[in-house]
Amino acid sequence: MHALHIRNLTKTYANGVEALKGIDFDVDAGDFYALLGPNGAGKTTAIGIICSLVNKSSGTVQIFGHDIDRELEAAKACIGLVPQELNMNQFDTVLNIVVNQAGYYGIPRRLALSRAERYLSELRLWDRRLDPARGLSGGMKRRLMIARALIHEPRLLILDEPTAGVDIEIRRSMWEFLRRINEEGTTIILTTHYLEEAESLCRHVAIIDEGRIIEDAPMSTVLRKLQREVFVLTLADTPTSAPFLPGYETVLRNDGDIEVAVDTNHDLNGLFDALDERGMRVVSLRNKANRLEELFIGLVEAKQRNAAARSA
Amino acid sequence: MDLKVNWVGFVTLVRKEVIRVVRIWVQTIVPPAITMTLYFIIFGNLIGRRIGTMDGFDYMQYIAPGLIMMSVITNSYGNVVSSFFGAKFGKHVEEMLVSPLSNATIIMGHVAGGIIRGLMVGALVTVIALFFTQLSVEHPLITLSMVVLASTVFALLGFVNAIFAKKFDDISIIPTFVLTPLTYLGGVFYSISLLPEFWQTVSLGNPILYMVNAFRYGILGVSDISIGYAYLIVAIFVAGLFTLNLVLLNRGVGIRE
Ligand SMILES: Nc1ncnc2c1ncn2[C@@H]1O[C@H](COP(=O)(O)OP(=O)(O)OP(=O)(O)O)[C@@H](O)[C@H]1O
Ligand SMILES: [Mg+2]
Repeated sequence: MHALHIRNLTKTYANGVEALKGIDFDVDAGDFYALLGPNGAGKTTAIGIICSLVNKSSGTVQIFGHDIDRELEAAKACIGLVPQELNMNQFDTVLNIVVNQAGYYGIPRRLALSRAERYLSELRLWDRRLDPARGLSGGMKRRLMIARALIHEPRLLILDEPTAGVDIEIRRSMWEFLRRINEEGTTIILTTHYLEEAESLCRHVAIIDEGRIIEDAPMSTVLRKLQREVFVLTLADTPTSAPFLPGYETVLRNDGDIEVAVDTNHDLNGLFDALDERGMRVVSLRNKANRLEELFIGLVEAKQRNAAARSA
Repeated sequence: MDLKVNWVGFVTLVRKEVIRVVRIWVQTIVPPAITMTLYFIIFGNLIGRRIGTMDGFDYMQYIAPGLIMMSVITNSYGNVVSSFFGAKFGKHVEEMLVSPLSNATIIMGHVAGGIIRGLMVGALVTVIALFFTQLSVEHPLITLSMVVLASTVFALLGFVNAIFAKKFDDISIIPTFVLTPLTYLGGVFYSISLLPEFWQTVSLGNPILYMVNAFRYGILGVSDISIGYAYLIVAIFVAGLFTLNLVLLNRGVGIRE
């Protein structure tokens, strides 16, 4: 069974904005699914519809087989949402916020309190449980929303940019945490603008742009589509011009490093052989952008080129 | 509908509302106590002594039930409108909207919160009234049921107001322009038999008149209108307003794009 099944979903806001123009996608139970797309693509709108915060214009949404038009309460019970924008009562305490949320899902207070201890501890908020939410830092508020979303132990966890504004260390601990609950069986849908995050966590990617899905495939398949990768090399002796390396496109950067594009027909061994022949020693090597990012930019740029070509 | 989920959810909502009232008691409990003390001193004590009796009771006794009812009404209304609008404004209404709580439960939880605040304030005002006059309750059951019903009506009205409100101003417009005038004209301070016949008839269109009079009947045993009629009107309001709220929430008016 699919954790989430969406067909022909459209949304036109009252002001006439067509945020979703008919999207289809399925999320397998147990998956770790990335929903990516530029600002204004329609990610939050789609999530809003799935979670009953936005009325859809048309289409079907099923959560673990429960259609939101027919079995709304059963559908809602399966989902935990970490929204993009802060939406807790800033005056309420951390503990009250999660325990009350549990109450809305029918979880008795005593059980809610013991779960709150577990999740707030895991998210390193237990010491702050008696503080009002407004006294937390931005990153703590995000973690509070994660604890709140998990308190009823949902089968499907949806996170809308959970790591926006979160420091590196906390972000990494959040990743570990999400990986673990995914391994324990929770299906996760994640939106993020940090593509390395999606690449390292998710097994499936859908890219949405201007209200349409433009890519929807397993992460490995998507990454294999990548035609070329760009590496940045620091050479022991800074060159004065971009070296000529047959088969590889090179560019000299302002900082003296060189960028080398390696396409799928060539390999890195060949590159190093060519550098060796010219007596160039490589001090360090790194990716210019991560692979998913390159693909993402490629897709969005291709679409813009097409649009430009059509209008020309 | 899952009854267990909704019951636990209801209890959670009520608990949360009561904690809110107590936490901000300076805003919720103190102001009505001060206002009502002033009413008792000025209208009851100072001016009331010159008025003499009304319907056979001294003026202070006559207005006490009306003032208690007035504070119950405004506080029930005020609690629901500010709590639910606050939840919309702070977006934490979303906590309820994503949950499997039924809309009916969301309404009932907030209304119960409003009733509790109304009754808390009502009890406090009664205690204050007892410093100024003596009150014996003629018909306890009528007194209690009418105060709860009236408070329900106004809690439900507060919910309607909160649904439509888009900014903070919108939650004070109805109380200022509708609620306060209707309360003052609802026989809190006078018996409508004092009015010219035309204005007596107009007054009968004011639902607050029925509540104030039925409540006064419960305490003093006198009323301008028939008690059965008062119950009927209040029951119609409760049913009608509850349905209206339910329809509005089901459609997502004011809460869902
Ligand atoms: N309440 C609203 N009323 C009108 N238009 C809206 C509303 N919410 C979103 N939109 C519009 O719908 C489109 C999609 O917005 P949405 O928030 O779903 O994008 P997103 O993919 O989540 O973007 P971001 O990455 O910036 O969060 C945008 O054009 C946005 O302006
Ligand atoms: Mg968004």
